[in-house]
Amino acid sequence: MAEVTIPAPVVTHDGHGHGTTTGVSNPKLGMWVFLGSECMLFGGLISTYLLYKDRIGDAGIAGRDVFDIPFTSVSSFVLLMSSLTMVLAVSAIGRGDHRRTRTWLLATAMLGGVFIAGQLYEFTAFYREGLGFTTSLFSSAFFTLTGFHGVHVTVGIVMLLSLYTLSLKGRLPTERAESVEIVGLYWHFVDIVWILIFTLVYLIP
Amino acid sequence: MSTLEAPERPHDDVGEHDDEHHDHPTDKKYVKIAVILAVLTAAEIATYPGEDLLGSFLIPILLVLMVIKFWYVAAFFMHLKFDARMFSWVFIAGLATAAIVYIIVLATFEFFV
Repeated sequence: MAEVTIPAPVVTHDGHGHGTTTGVSNPKLGMWVFLGSECMLFGGLISTYLLYKDRIGDAGIAGRDVFDIPFTSVSSFVLLMSSLTMVLAVSAIGRGDHRRTRTWLLATAMLGGVFIAGQLYEFTAFYREGLGFTTSLFSSAFFTLTGFHGVHVTVGIVMLLSLYTLSLKGRLPTERAESVEIVGLYWHFVDIVWILIFTLVYLIP
Repeated sequence: MSTLEAPERPHDDVGEHDDEHHDHPTDKKYVKIAVILAVLTAAEIATYPGEDLLGSFLIPILLVLMVIKFWYVAAFFMHLKFDARMFSWVFIAGLATAAIVYIIVLATFEFFV
């Protein structure tokens, strides 16, 4: 009978082989490819905003007329701190500290929730001041950009709460720490996009 | 009959992508980075009331602060500084493509004029 040789997964020198031809984890690489493609999406939305930010139409309401910079600054700070709690969750599950992992995951989701609540408040305030989605090219571009970002944060919150529930049920062992890391990558990316939006949309006159 | 045979690869021949699991920062280091990010954000916000004072320096200052914050989050919180280089290249490829494409778009619409 012919002997068939099956190559064993490549084991790296530090004992963390992933058994892939690239030597790195496929799910993690997949997330990075996705985040790379997300750069195109947000690049398009930011460029559209930059092109139309002065097209305020007949309503005459520009960004500077309605933006509440101190309020948005607090929101930005909240989202920035959620990146800290996220990375602490990744660190905790790496150590096998599941209680702290759940604490940090929940803290991250709550901070994300505070950010979204702030964004909804901001949108409502703008609407009351006469700036709706179809008021002008500026408002359409602004609401589309920040709205898409808000949807991304919301999806992130759903993923964080899913991880929290899995951990509560004991279905997130240390061996699956990479799942937390991958959700973390998504969350940090959302934070990075807000770093760009905060500067380019709110702070630069 | 099948046998399981590990490929023979010397340790120094495994390629740069195999260095995925370098030591990540400690929690203390993460907190330090968060403090730096908070200070940078405070500096950004401080430019708002001082716009007239900063004049033409305002936009370059804000852009530099933005890039530094971006780098800190990507390098430390997203572990690009410690993980396999392949992840960095994949992300940079997406980022660079987006930057090139949209700078061309903005230039086409005379945004920089």
